[in-house]
Amino acid sequence: MSENILELDLASIVERVKRRELTAEIVATKFKGQIEKHNAHVNAFITVNDNAVERAREMDRKISNGENAGRLAGAPVAIKDMLCTKGLRTTAGSKMLHNFVPTYSATVVERLEAEGAIVMGKANQDEFAMGSSTETSYFGACRNPWNFSYVPGGSSGGSAAAVAARMSVAAIGTDTGGSIRQPANFCHLVGVKPTYGRVSRYGIVAFASSLDQAGPMTRTVRDAALVLEVISGRDERDTTSATKAVPAWGQNLSSNLRGMKVGMPKEYFDRGISDDVRAVVMRSADILKSQGAELVELSLPLTKFAVPIYYLVATCEASSNLARYDGVRYGYRADFSTQAAADLEEFYSRNRGEGFGSEVKRRIVLGTYALSSGYYDAYYKKACQVRRLLRQDFIEAFKKCDVILSPASPTTAFKIGERIDNPLEMYLNDIYTTSANLAGIPGMSVPGGFSREKLPIGVQLLAAHFEEQKMLNAAFAIEENLKLTAEVPHELH
Amino acid sequence: MSSTSNWEAVIGLEIHAQLLTESKMFSADSAAFGGADNEYTSPVSLGMPGALPTINRRGIEYAIRMGLALNCNIRTRSIFSRKNYFYPDLPKGYQISQFDEPICEKGYVDIYLDGQPKRIGVTRAHLEEDAGKSTHHGDYSLINLNRAGVPLLEIVSEPDIRTAQEAAEYARTVRNILRYLGVCDGNLEEGSMRCDCNVSVRKVGESKFGTKVELKNINSFRFVEKAIDYEIARQISSIESGERIMQETRLYDSTKNRTYSMRSKEEAHDYRYFPDPDLLPLEFEQAWVEQIRKTLPELPLEKAKRFQAQYGLPEYDALVLTQERAVAEYFEKVANLSGNAKASSNWIMVELMRELKESEKSIEEQKISAERLAELIQLIDKGTISGKIAKTVFAEMWAQGGQPGEIVKTKGLVQVTDKSSIEKWVDDVIHANPNQVNEYRAGKDKLFGFFVGQIMKVSKGQANPDLVNQLLKEKLKK
Repeated sequence: MSENILELDLASIVERVKRRELTAEIVATKFKGQIEKHNAHVNAFITVNDNAVERAREMDRKISNGENAGRLAGAPVAIKDMLCTKGLRTTAGSKMLHNFVPTYSATVVERLEAEGAIVMGKANQDEFAMGSSTETSYFGACRNPWNFSYVPGGSSGGSAAAVAARMSVAAIGTDTGGSIRQPANFCHLVGVKPTYGRVSRYGIVAFASSLDQAGPMTRTVRDAALVLEVISGRDERDTTSATKAVPAWGQNLSSNLRGMKVGMPKEYFDRGISDDVRAVVMRSADILKSQGAELVELSLPLTKFAVPIYYLVATCEASSNLARYDGVRYGYRADFSTQAAADLEEFYSRNRGEGFGSEVKRRIVLGTYALSSGYYDAYYKKACQVRRLLRQDFIEAFKKCDVILSPASPTTAFKIGERIDNPLEMYLNDIYTTSANLAGIPGMSVPGGFSREKLPIGVQLLAAHFEEQKMLNAAFAIEENLKLTAEVPHELH
Repeated sequence: MSSTSNWEAVIGLEIHAQLLTESKMFSADSAAFGGADNEYTSPVSLGMPGALPTINRRGIEYAIRMGLALNCNIRTRSIFSRKNYFYPDLPKGYQISQFDEPICEKGYVDIYLDGQPKRIGVTRAHLEEDAGKSTHHGDYSLINLNRAGVPLLEIVSEPDIRTAQEAAEYARTVRNILRYLGVCDGNLEEGSMRCDCNVSVRKVGESKFGTKVELKNINSFRFVEKAIDYEIARQISSIESGERIMQETRLYDSTKNRTYSMRSKEEAHDYRYFPDPDLLPLEFEQAWVEQIRKTLPELPLEKAKRFQAQYGLPEYDALVLTQERAVAEYFEKVANLSGNAKASSNWIMVELMRELKESEKSIEEQKISAERLAELIQLIDKGTISGKIAKTVFAEMWAQGGQPGEIVKTKGLVQVTDKSSIEKWVDDVIHANPNQVNEYRAGKDKLFGFFVGQIMKVSKGQANPDLVNQLLKEKLKK
């Protein structure tokens, strides 16, 4: 076969594997080769799954026995290291969990494997998903395959880099404030953050429980839809998971946008956007219009509060969610062999002090402070109140339009090391993405073009709760018109 | 210690009741007692990364049952919150509890002390999960998380209690209700019910509360009383000697009968409560509450009132017999079968309860069925045996089981009512004690009892007492 397997999309791989035109073993071996060739430099994976090829062989046996191989048969996927994988080390990018091997898999992972996906490994990320560049990982920074001097974004940077570098055909990321959409945007990928509750959080290391959602990162909109179909749906182990039926998003994809209203909130275009980013978003708007959509003006006046609310809600929840990492039952424990802990407090402070990195500590301190008595009302409670208003703002906005089009982030990827010492500037990168998490609505990033330096630029699409189909259709229209899915990162040549 | 007469105590109780659900409050792990170390655990109760809580419906149902019995308002929407603190046997670093908007609030309990009723307010009753258990072994500690996540209902009283006796009676009453409902076995010794007491003192007439001290580690109702009495005295004497009471937690040491400060340094706890984002607000239909209300059994106090009215029991008997549901049901059976409620009450309260107490058995664990006790009472009422003989028969029934009628037959204990036999015993006793006969005839009436005793002795207790009295009186006149 002369075609390059690494350039096939997920839908094609699954189809060929099922038709026995291609074996899952060959696919897995090919992608494994790519990992061996590039991972040392890209650092997309923290842990590589040594059983991937064996799993693929099992898949082939199933298929030759005429058994149902599943909707993702033979598709090599990367799993962000926030998701527990039974028997496969899960670190959350932290020293705290450097040795943690779960006895259970996240529901998302179970569902992927039940449909035949092959887990290639655990993708690098910012420590506990706290970051926008994958530089806070205890396992070292990850590089952007489009330019190795640049960050892939974050916190799901390893997932993005793995797909962009053809080490997997799809990846699972998690998105608490933009952690799927921003790296997808930086790496020329489709990244979907589903409606809160669409995807079970069971077995996913919790960062901010009321904001976290897992979602797919792929090279095409259809692939994203197919993976999303598999991982969505009610899970009795997560009481916040929705009971809504899961539509056949992939099958229902349509680039005919007649009757669709596309809102462009003026607050998302007023400052700080680079010219390249603005041009790409405007071009996407033109495409949507050409496909029959109507552009409408929109105002989301509470947008300016999104980042501050986000950093209160997320840090408060994180300060409590990360309390379980105490070195008592699992994970990192300081070396007390030469000097025993004087008391319980020293035991805790050494385990946690040595196990957590500085960004994680910063957020634990912020959250602890904001929840403490005397400050709770002014910070956490107030943030929750404004969050409800923000959510209402979106509900109102979606009475006037079907999807919202905006930049995914103000600029293209930045250089490794460039912002790591300026947390505030790093936080402001989330300005367009955090609102969706706070409101609980679905959002996605879809490739829109490139900057003059040939760095990817994506656009963001948002929809009302459980209206993923609408934003997927708009993204599909942009993708079909731009015809950029075949672009390969130059660093790989 | 100086006079306590111008001081009054203000007491509130926090009772933690372990609910008798099969699984834990937020996971499917068994909530059974015992088990090998850490046997009843799962990723959820171990606080593993990514594990999430789910709500045990039965736990909610039990909380509603108890809330209704405590005359509480049941909130059809309540919130689970996280109480954040670090301790090695608290796996998640927070306890799931309820803070604002608990499931039950604003209720009351009526207690009886020396026949006097008093109403104690119940501020709230909320659901939470238990922690695990640490054991310390010199330079290391071990943790068993079998109890981690077991459901607890925390019942918080208003500071309406004024004496240690009231506090103990309130705790007993709550325990009785818990047991009646079958939602908790109410065992203080084993810790399935825990009782923390908030105690402060103030001058009589003062409306402001004094600084409260929390007493923990109290594992019997008797100790509730003793610990509070000690603490009241300690606080009064501290204040009178010019000291200030510190808000603190003190542990009760039952062997020394004193309380001592739990923490060496003052620790300000800030639990940073906030709604648990892993659990949606708990919402259910009012119809469910009404459905549960219909299944509530008759509660101790209602039952006691009914016993007074229906069986003509004195208040005291009715209160004693209704403390335990099983005892109350046993009584009703005996009373109905024997047709003699007062005798049934006496036999249960005196003979049976004494044996139960001495043998530390429950009424379900002993050999005398309600049917057989009723039969025994009927044997007395029919005159087949005397009350005295009945005690012998009862002792045999307690030790060996068996039917009272059979025991009476095989042991030849049937009462003798044959006039000639009794006449002979009376004559023998009169002849054998001429001096006493003379004294009696000279006016020493008290000696009548002596003759009765002697006759019962020679008849081995079988002589019919009425006939003995009648014949003895006749013969002594001569």
